[in-house]
Amino acid sequence: MEPFVLDPGNTAWMLAAASLVLLMTPALAFFYGGMTRSKSVLNMMMMSFGALAVVGPIWMLWGYSETFGTNVAGIIGDPFEYFALHNLTDDGSLMAATGVPATVAVGYQATFAIITVALISGAIADRARFGTWLVFSGLWVTLVYAPIAHMVWGGGALSGGGKIAEWLSTPIDFAGGTVVHINAGMAGFMLAIIIGKRRGFAKEPMKPHNLPFVMLGAALLWFGWFGFNAGSEFAADGTAGQAWINTLTATCIASLGWLLVERIRDHHATSLGAASGVVAGLVAITPAAGSVDIVGAMFIGLAAGILCALAVGLKYRFGYDDSLDVVGVHLVGGVVGTVLIGLFANVARDADGAVTSYTWAPDGALNGLFYGGGLTQLATQTVVAIIAILISGVMTVIIGLALKYTMGWRIPEEHEVEGVDVTTHGEAAYDLEPSSGSGASGVLAGAHSKTEEVKA
Amino acid sequence: MKLVIAVIKPFKLDEVRAALLAFGVQGMTVSESSGYGRQRGHTEVYRGAEYTVELLPKVRLEVLVDDEDVDDVSDVIVRAARTGKIGDGKVWSVPVETVIRVRTGERGQEAL
Repeated sequence: MEPFVLDPGNTAWMLAAASLVLLMTPALAFFYGGMTRSKSVLNMMMMSFGALAVVGPIWMLWGYSETFGTNVAGIIGDPFEYFALHNLTDDGSLMAATGVPATVAVGYQATFAIITVALISGAIADRARFGTWLVFSGLWVTLVYAPIAHMVWGGGALSGGGKIAEWLSTPIDFAGGTVVHINAGMAGFMLAIIIGKRRGFAKEPMKPHNLPFVMLGAALLWFGWFGFNAGSEFAADGTAGQAWINTLTATCIASLGWLLVERIRDHHATSLGAASGVVAGLVAITPAAGSVDIVGAMFIGLAAGILCALAVGLKYRFGYDDSLDVVGVHLVGGVVGTVLIGLFANVARDADGAVTSYTWAPDGALNGLFYGGGLTQLATQTVVAIIAILISGVMTVIIGLALKYTMGWRIPEEHEVEGVDVTTHGEAAYDLEPSSGSGASGVLAGAHSKTEEVKA
Repeated sequence: MKLVIAVIKPFKLDEVRAALLAFGVQGMTVSESSGYGRQRGHTEVYRGAEYTVELLPKVRLEVLVDDEDVDDVSDVIVRAARTGKIGDGKVWSVPVETVIRVRTGERGQEAL
């Protein structure tokens, strides 16, 4: 093992990138919060903040170790190796090759675990018990996120040297198409089914209450996503630049693609469609960000924008209440990006196999079908997507059902009607009647008037 | 005395208010309201799901007037609020038994 040599430039970039990715979770709170009805916006935003609060410490205690610790049976890292970050050392750490210390790697990866859990919450808007959600967050990051991240990025079964790499080729997941988006999308899908529909789903209008929040959230997500994708290079170099411009361009085209579908199908190009297209494009380019050229990025963006715009209608056809389209955007977008790598991966190598292009892929990964790599990488990417769907689906069902029959997932029906904000959190998002703030009905601080006990 | 009530398009409020002021009406009560008439609501589309919005935003305006001014005041409102398109609203009036000015206790016409 070569001794660790600090690279201040790369380290500075990775600290900045980690901060950018952390911003994505509050951004998601706005993106999701604007899409709910005004009586449940606080709960929606609290699910993102709650996931952040729970997953952050867990990551430091055992999450990082479970993901990047010494491989156990190809599916998980040793959770005790770096428990509470004991024994953490820069030598041979995750980003040692680019001169970034282990602490920075821990922090950067923490932000990925946090956003992945938060993404799931969009599928269960308006109706979930907050306590159950917090427990779910802790269990899910431990039993689903960390193992899958280990398999793909931590030297497990889905990374170079794993079984898939032996049989076919090394899978490419530059920044988290399988680990983050397919994973969260599938988990949201299963939870939506386990928890059941909102009262009045597909009968009563449930239109977004604040589209400027949605646009603000999409904008901040996009901003943070540059840290997510370009940061996944672990260095401030040309490949990070390639990931950055791909993240810009695929997203632009995806937004246009979504609007095109809407204009033809619904006769209106909507702001919600533009924001959704932005997120769909970001999701799809994530696994491919550093491994496709700019033309490939455009095609991936176009496919994501169109397919996700069509996919969000499926919940009405099949009758599952994926409230804010975690399936339509993250599962479908994640699959689109992951599989299309098999068509568009384009990495040039010299005779010794060293990468000579701005784009990059792990050793053992092949170019896509359109760039002379044949069908092998397409098969690899498809298999990996299916495996991620299966693991995430099965594990989420187990956790979801266990919580359903112990803590319970649903708030009481009358609380759902009145609004989860008031009944669970004891707050209302908006005070639009000035008189209620200072009127006779107000109660002074400290003089609690308990009107209704909410079972935790 | 009569109470003239008008439900109009919100963006017409300023014109109506100015016209009433010019006519000599001293005060009014305005509230935001919603409703529909023959134009019904409209449809909105969110991620491909169509919602029919039945109730449209309207402004409800109430003016207390002397019996003899009812027709003129109603006409002033109608002229100012009209766009000629469907959904312009309605104006009607109802008899009022008593009116009292809170500050002085004046009753009837004195209180208008």
